[in-house]
Amino acid sequence: MCLGIPGKIVELYEQGGLKMAKIDFGGVLREACMEAAPDALVGEYAIIHAGFALNILSEEDALETLRLLEELGQLVDELGPEASMRVASNRED
Amino acid sequence: MDVQSFSSAFRDNDIIQGVLKEIRRTVTQPWVIMEICGGQTHAIMHYGLDQLLPPEIELVHGPGCPVCVTPLELIDKALVIAARPDVIFCSYGDMLRVPGSQRDLFSVRAAGGDVRVVYSALDAVKLAQQNPDKQVVFFAIGFETTAPPNAMSVLQAQSLGLKNYSVLVSQVCVPPAMHAILGSPANRVQGFLLAGHVCTVMGYQEYPPLAEQYSVPMAVTGFEPLDLVQGILQVVRMLEKGEVEVQNAYQRAVTAGGNKAAQAIIFKTFQQVDRNWRGIGTIPQSGWGLRPELVEFDAEKRFSVEDIHTAESPLCIAGEILQGLKKPHQCPAFGLQCTPTSPLGAPMVSAEGACSAYYRYARVESN
Repeated sequence: MCLGIPGKIVELYEQGGLKMAKIDFGGVLREACMEAAPDALVGEYAIIHAGFALNILSEEDALETLRLLEELGQLVDELGPEASMRVASNRED
Repeated sequence: MDVQSFSSAFRDNDIIQGVLKEIRRTVTQPWVIMEICGGQTHAIMHYGLDQLLPPEIELVHGPGCPVCVTPLELIDKALVIAARPDVIFCSYGDMLRVPGSQRDLFSVRAAGGDVRVVYSALDAVKLAQQNPDKQVVFFAIGFETTAPPNAMSVLQAQSLGLKNYSVLVSQVCVPPAMHAILGSPANRVQGFLLAGHVCTVMGYQEYPPLAEQYSVPMAVTGFEPLDLVQGILQVVRMLEKGEVEVQNAYQRAVTAGGNKAAQAIIFKTFQQVDRNWRGIGTIPQSGWGLRPELVEFDAEKRFSVEDIHTAESPLCIAGEILQGLKKPHQCPAFGLQCTPTSPLGAPMVSAEGACSAYYRYARVESN
């Protein structure tokens, strides 16, 4: 029940006094309530849970996480355990 | 980045294997880590992550399964209300097969009750608008994640002036349940994966006091396989170094303070109350109930259902499973008297229940 799914906001509008949006889930369009993400913009990504946007996703943070974890794996492979320890301590925030 | 990449990039086999190697390299001794959220339990089994981790790491499964912890008495009340001829009873789909004392919502529907599965609580409000001659009741269950949409439905019904919409509320919160687990003398949990979307809504500022009180490190963790191994790596690193912190391993979706607009919707609708958790018992101040000014939307008040005599299956050990004290395959009824099509307890039904995950992904041996 807590599984939110990322979707792209393709249209914002009002319905029955509520902020609503059309959300694209990789080709499937569904409606979601945007009252908890009132500043969302068309083109942004939101986590949708039970027809409700819980938050806007940060593309920047997503790419940063992927980059760090990819680097970590490469270092473990290429340089051996000691180097990965250095990455491990560098990337803690 | 396109919309599918938000999921698929976090399922990248090479990156996951790299993180797994780092986990294997980091771990030096046995650790017990609990994932709170049942959605994560299913994702771990689905991707076989439990089998890819080093044997030192034992994952135990937490109580984060909304239909599993909804109290039997409330389910029995729901069954009585749903059977009324003047009622359209709406619920999220998971709830329909959850056993009450005698029957479930499916059998109420089979006997002629108007029981409907809705995608969103706001769909139930629409049904109330479309059916002014019927009472529409929504089963508002769930954790902090489900609270904003459930709350919004009540606020929307109020603003539309609807007199035929009400909610049967069983909203529960994660931190009090963690208190109960960690405070138990039988507790084995040494580190936590915090439920990502609960923290999307509420943030994670509630957790550092808990982490300190019980000396248990925690990482806010998402639902994709890469999110899960990242959360596990961060917890294992803290455990190995003897650090006790609450770290965020789901940064794209979670900020420390959470979503303030969502919290405002919740607290406009709900206030903190004691809640009874099925299989666990009453935990003080562990959930939310409707605020006094919204009492007219309370289905328990609108339909006074008395004479509920609950009867749990004597075989089911759901309570011990929900607290991480036992694994599903240790239950003598698992896969025999209790299966997803004929469940004795809610964890065998739900897409978030640990028993259902063990049955579906055939985890029948200790690992």
